Order: sequence, then structure tokens, then C-alpha cells
Amino acid sequence: MTAVTPDVTRAPGDAPRPLRTGALASPRARNSKIASSLILLLIGVAFVIPLGWILLAAFDSAATVSVKLPTSVTLDNFTEIMNVDTTFRPLWNSFLLSMGTAVITVICSVLAAYPLSRYQMRWRKPFMYGILFGTCLPITAMMVPVYALFVAFGLLDSLWGTVLFLAATSLPMAIWMTKNFMDSIPISLEEAAWVDGASAMTALWRIVVPLMRPGIAVVFIFVFTQAWGNFFVPFVLLFSENSQPAAVAIFSFFGTYGTVSYGRLAAFSILYSVPVLFLYLLVQRLSGSSFAMAGAVKG
Amino acid sequence: MTSLALDGRGRRDPGRSPGSRRVAQALLRSSPLLPAVVLLVLFLAGPIVYSLYGSLTNASLTGPRAADPEFIGLQNYEQLFANPQFWKSVVLTLVFVIASALIGQNLLGMGLALLMKTAHGPVRAVVSTIVVVSWVLPEIVAAFALYAFFASDGTLNIMLGWLGIEGQAWLVVTPMLAVIVANVWRGTAFSMMVYSAALAEVPPEISEAAEIDGASGWQRFTRITLPMIRRSISTNLMLTTLQTLGVFTLIWVMTAGGPGVESSTLPVLAYQEAFKFAQVGYGTAIATVTLVLGGLFAIVYIKALKPEVD
Repeated sequence: MTAVTPDVTRAPGDAPRPLRTGALASPRARNSKIASSLILLLIGVAFVIPLGWILLAAFDSAATVSVKLPTSVTLDNFTEIMNVDTTFRPLWNSFLLSMGTAVITVICSVLAAYPLSRYQMRWRKPFMYGILFGTCLPITAMMVPVYALFVAFGLLDSLWGTVLFLAATSLPMAIWMTKNFMDSIPISLEEAAWVDGASAMTALWRIVVPLMRPGIAVVFIFVFTQAWGNFFVPFVLLFSENSQPAAVAIFSFFGTYGTVSYGRLAAFSILYSVPVLFLYLLVQRLSGSSFAMAGAVKG
Repeated sequence: MTSLALDGRGRRDPGRSPGSRRVAQALLRSSPLLPAVVLLVLFLAGPIVYSLYGSLTNASLTGPRAADPEFIGLQNYEQLFANPQFWKSVVLTLVFVIASALIGQNLLGMGLALLMKTAHGPVRAVVSTIVVVSWVLPEIVAAFALYAFFASDGTLNIMLGWLGIEGQAWLVVTPMLAVIVANVWRGTAFSMMVYSAALAEVPPEISEAAEIDGASGWQRFTRITLPMIRRSISTNLMLTTLQTLGVFTLIWVMTAGGPGVESSTLPVLAYQEAFKFAQVGYGTAIATVTLVLGGLFAIVYIKALKPEVD
């Protein structure tokens, strides 16, 4: 590992500028910086290869299962799937499912977070423990009893039944996050409103909610993204083609029609993933750090 | 919701009012919890209770036993515990969780977080974006990408071919290895972000002082950094364990639990029993075992997080 970082920004003969960072202080530190970057790049390459397959195969007229430069670059894969049955209806169903889940979850968790954040109640602690426990449950393990329960309720293949279930499973995490966001809003403003005769609900909608709008947006996007990406729940609970979301529709690309058209599969994957990637960027903006999701999850 | 004005001055009210009024006030104050509680009871607690009950019946997917299951006591469990396939699945689940979550994601995540601290800015930005994208993608898309990577004529074998190494049908010969690597690929971003955030909060002064005293890099890491971020580590270990315990889509797309049951972890086995072999009661028993397992992990996790609730 030789120290070869030619400083291209400095013209020869310039007086050495004062060092800005400690990392440049010694040759050893500089070497370790290069070594770190190289190892990091290697790991990055290992991570990017499977992603690269999706990108390349989507534009390849003869895509196979392996990463290769497209035989001929084409948009055919996209144009072929641009119809209601293959793409638009599943995406619309995904949207309905995720939107419904996110709206219900956010409303319920804002309401629930208010007393949990503002009052000292006897069952506050046990409730929070219950919520925390709920965030931990492996939901996938529950799908068999959930299926049986949906049969009993006659809710199978109902979009709204699935939305309510998804909302219930995302509520523990959403309440936890919302309460933490709400805790950071000072209570003094509400106290002023109370003195002026506002009820708790008025104070919540007029003062607390506007103040914690970014926090609510983060929770909303978090829940929306999870519902959008969820495969197993709609896979078990929805089976008629008209109500299947994209996650399940994409699986039938893969499973049922004999030979897999990898190009179209990849093209569909991209159309289906773009909204989530966009929402993730939005969350980063809202919270001003790339660690927003993890930070919020950590409480 | 008419007279919530009671709440007005109440927050630090010592509550000297008579008991019944206090109860009424407490009920009124907690009324906004109602919609959430109803949903949680119906759709989260409901299935759990039903899971306990259903596992004691011989419910099936079709036929007379679907409409009118009989109560058969602990038979499902006796059958389950006598079934070597179940124990195999327990072992596979443990291997999957330990290898991919506890070891893979955590070590790689920590490694990435440490490298990010010293690497060049642009490299850091590019690599962290790539790693995070693989985590943000919908699970099924990630599963397809990894299926393509490990498939017989997939990318991995082609790259091995360049090196002159004969590849193999990874998804058939070593399905567990494939899904473990896949889960590491998929989930490492989470650990990386948790550890990056934790490392950023370690004050550099202590480490610098130790460096002046002659501590090596490894010593500084194990004696100073690790103890200072141990809470993040335990939280992250628990969260990745619980996430990995519930992984279904990744395995289902890549191997469908196969060949045979060579990669059927508990969630996959429960699904197979219930929907492929129509044994809902039996599948529910597996679900219950998995839930209990998750519940035990959850209790440990909650113990670790206790100060945040209080």
C-alpha cells in the first residue's frame, strides 16, 4: 500500500496549505484512509452486483438471469408491461393498500400518542411495554392463524380487511415513534391554549400536530413503505387478481407462466421500487440525516 | 368526546378528588387510545389468542374439518415434537438467525461503520447509498435480485468461471448458505446505520488520550469504543434477530424452503404445512412455537430498553 494520493488541487510550488483534518496528518493515517476506501469499494462492488442485474436486465432485449451488458439496449421490456392488467392495476392496488394502511395508522397513533405523551396514567407504562412487545412480534409467523381468523370473519380477499390488519401490525412501531416525536414538543404551548379554554383535542390538532408535521411525515412514510413492500400478508390474504398488489403480481411473473421473462421482471421491479426509493429520500430530507429510519426505530 | 375540558389543568394534578371522579377522568383522558386499542385487540391480539386455540384443533384448509374443527388438545404439539422435520427446521432457523443476523449483519455492519469513519468522502457516500438501497428496496425485488445472483447460470457462477472455478447450483446444493448470504446483503444496512450513529456519538477525546498513552488501534476499539456503544450493540443484536426470525419472502422466492425442506425455517415450514399440506391446525402449532420464540427474544429486548419506557 504505497501512499499515492496526488493532490491534484494544488499547483506545484504552492506553499503547503494548513492541514484541515487530522486524517491527513501522517503518512500512516493517510495509508489507512486509502486502505479503508479500497476495502469499502470492494464491499460496495459486492453489494452493487445484484442491483446491477435489475438495472441492466430491464433494458436488455434478451435478458438472462446473469449480469451482462445488454445485447441491445431497448425500452421494450417497459413498453410491454405498460398495460392495466400487468402493471397499472397492481400498482394502484399497492397504492390503495399502502395509503389506507398509512392513513389509518397515523391517525390512530397520533390520537394514541397524545395521552401517552401528555398524561401520567397508571397504565401508561404497561401499555408502552405492550407496544414495545408488539413491535417485536414476528408477524410472518402469525400468518397461518391470521388466515384462519380471516376465514372466520369472512374477510378473505378483502382489501379493507388486509388494510386493517396491516394497520394493526404497524401500529406498535408507529405509536412508539409518534410518542417519541410528541415528547419532544414542549407542553407549555398547550398549557397556554388550555388556559384560553381549548380542549385537549383542540390543542392536539391546532398546536401539537402542526408542530410535529415532519415527525408525522416520517411515521407516515415509514408505514407506507412497509405496506408497499409487504409481500407475505397480501400473498396469504388476497387472491383474486383484481385486488392483488404489485408485490404479489410480480411473484406471478416469476412463478406461474412457465419460462420467466427476466427483462420484464426487472422492468416491473424498477417501476415498483422507484416510489419507495423516492420516499426514502424524502424522509432523509425531512429528518436531515440518512440515519432517520434507524434513529426513529431506535426511539 | 364532549367534555375533554376536564383534561385542561390536569396534568400534574395530585388528584385529591374522590376515587370515582378520578376513574372517570382517567377513562376520559385515555379515550383517544381507543381506535388504536380496538385495532390492536382485533387484528394483533386476536390472531395470537386464536393461534393458541387453533393449535389445539384439527382445523384443515378444506373439507369438513375446515368448517367445523374439533378440539384435539395437545395432539398437534405431540405430533410436532415427534417430527424430525420440525426439529430440523428449528435448527435451520437458529443457524439462519445466528449466521446471518448475529454474525453476518452485525459484524459487516460494524465493519462498514468503522470503514466509513476513515474512508474518503465520495467513496463513503457511494458505498453507503448502495448498501442502503439494497435495504430500502421492496423485499421481493431484493429476493429476485439475489435469486438471479445465485441461480445456476447466474452472476456468481459466471464470475467464478472467470476465475476458472467450477460453479455449482448454489440454491440446490447449499440453499442455506445462499439464503444466509442473501439476508446479510439485504439487512446489513440497518446495522451499519445503527453503528454509524453510535460511533458518531463516541467523543474522540478519550480515544485520543488512549492513543497518546500508547494504546493500539485494536485496544482502543475493544477497550473504549465497544464498551461505550454497548447499548446500541445489544439493541441492534435483538432487533436484527427478531427481523431475521420473521424472514419469509427472501427464502420463499429463492428456494421455497427447498430442495425438500433443506431451507425451511419456521415461518416457511408453518406456511408449507398450512397451505401446501392443508394442515391449518398443525401449521398454527408451528406458528405458536415461533411466536413464543419471538416473544422470549422480545422480553430480553424489552429488559434492555427498560430505561426508555420509564
